[in-house]
Amino acid sequence: MSDFLKNIIRFIIFLLVQVYVLNKIPHLHHFITPYLYYLFILWLPFSISRLGLLVVGFITGLVLDYFMMTPGLHAAACLLIAYIRPFVINILSPKDITELTYKAPSPKAMGWTPYAVYVLILTLFHHGYMVFLEWLDFGSFLDFIIKVVATTGISMLLIFTVELLFPRKSKFRTNTP
Amino acid sequence: MRNIFLFIRRYFIFFTFLILEVVSLWFLFNYNRFHRAKFLGVATEMTGRINNQYNKVEDYFSLKEENHRVHKLNDSLLNLLKRNFIQRDTSMQLVKDSVPYDTAGHYRRYFFRDASVIYNTVNDQKNYLQLNRGSNQGIKDNMAVVGSDGSVVGVVMNVSPNFCQVMSLLHVQSTINASLKKGGESGTVEWDGKDPQYLLLKKIPKTVEINKGDTVLTSTYSYNIPPGYMVGTVADIKVDNTTGMYLLKVKTAANFYSLHQVHIIENIDREEQVKLFDETRKKNEETKKSSH
Repeated sequence: MSDFLKNIIRFIIFLLVQVYVLNKIPHLHHFITPYLYYLFILWLPFSISRLGLLVVGFITGLVLDYFMMTPGLHAAACLLIAYIRPFVINILSPKDITELTYKAPSPKAMGWTPYAVYVLILTLFHHGYMVFLEWLDFGSFLDFIIKVVATTGISMLLIFTVELLFPRKSKFRTNTP
Repeated sequence: MRNIFLFIRRYFIFFTFLILEVVSLWFLFNYNRFHRAKFLGVATEMTGRINNQYNKVEDYFSLKEENHRVHKLNDSLLNLLKRNFIQRDTSMQLVKDSVPYDTAGHYRRYFFRDASVIYNTVNDQKNYLQLNRGSNQGIKDNMAVVGSDGSVVGVVMNVSPNFCQVMSLLHVQSTINASLKKGGESGTVEWDGKDPQYLLLKKIPKTVEINKGDTVLTSTYSYNIPPGYMVGTVADIKVDNTTGMYLLKVKTAANFYSLHQVHIIENIDREEQVKLFDETRKKNEETKKSSH
C-alpha cells in the first residue's frame, strides 16, 4: 500500500471517529471535548513539504468543520499546528537520525519523551487557538485555561491510547520506493 | 522588484500560512452567526469609540442651544408643578371658559415663562435686570422672577413691548416676604446696598430659634411671588435690641453675578387679590367714617 493511499484511509478513519464517535459520546463536562482527529497531521511523514503540510492541514480542518457546522474554526487551528510542526520536530529530534531512518513521527522514531513533548506542544497550540477562536474572548481567563488544559489532557490520553493500541510498524526509509 | 520577489519567495511558506489562516478566519466569521455577531460587535465598539470622541467635540458647540432647550423644558415642567394650582370648591362655581383650568379640576394659579437675562448689574445701590420678554409676550408688572435653579431673583418693575425691567433683590428699595423653612415664621427680606452676596431678613421675633445655615424661602403671604422658592440661607445672626427682632444676614441662593436663564412667574389671581385687598381697606375706612 502506498503512503498516499494509506494516509487517505487514515484521514477518513480519523474524521469518522472524530465526527461519529468522539463528538457523539456524552461529554464528561461542558468544558471537555475529546479531540483526536488532528493526530492525522502529527502522523504525516517527515518528508512532506511544508507547503503540502499546510494544505493538508487546512483541508483536514475544513472537512471536519463542515461536518461540525463551524466553518473555519478547526481549519484555523489545524493550519496553525501544520505550520509549526516542522519547527517543533527540528527542535526535538536530531534531524539526521529521524529524517534518514524513519518516515513519520512516532514514539519509536523520536523516543517516548520527545514524542510526548511533540504531541503535547502541538495539542496545546491546537486547543488553545481553537478555544480562543470559539469564545473569541477569554470569558473568565480561568475558564479558558481550565478548558484548554482539560481538553489537552483528554486528547493526550486518547493519543497515547491510540499509540499503544495501534502501534505503527516502524518504517525505515529505503532507497527503493 | 527583484528584491520583493526574493522576499516573497523566502517567506513563501509563511505567506501561504497567513493566507490560508485568513481564509479560514473569513469562513469562521462569515458563516457562523455567533462569530459574525462577535466580530461585528468588536468593529462597532471600535467605531463607536471614535464616534464618541467626535461627539464630545461636537456637543461642545451645541451647548448653548442645548442649554436653551433644557431651560424651555424646565419651564414647561415648572408649569406642571402641583403647587401652581389651588383647589377650589367647584360645586358653587360659575362655569366659564375652561382655558385656565387643567383637566384634573385644579385651578391654575401660577404660570411660568422662560426668559434670558440680557442686562444685569450688581454693583449699584439699585440693581436692575433686563429680560428679553415684554408685554407682547404677556409680561406685566409685579411678576416674580426666579433663576433656572428656582432661586428668587426679583420682581418685574416695568414693561416695554419686548423687554422688561426687573428689580433685583439687590435693590435698596426691594422688599419681599420670606419665611424660615423650619418654623415658618415670616419676615421681610431687604438689601442694605453693601455686599451683593448678602441680604437682610428682618421682622422675625427674638423668641424663634434660628441656626446658621437655615433655609429662607418665599412666604405664602405675597401677591407676586409663589411660595416655597429659595431666597437663601442664614449666614449671620444678630439681634436688634431696640425692636426685639432678629437682624439676619442671608446668603443669596441666586448667584447674581452669573444669571443667564430665568423664569418669569405670573400669579393669575393677582388682580383679584389686590382688588379685594383695596376694597376691604376702602370699606374699612368708610365704616370708620360712618361710625364717627
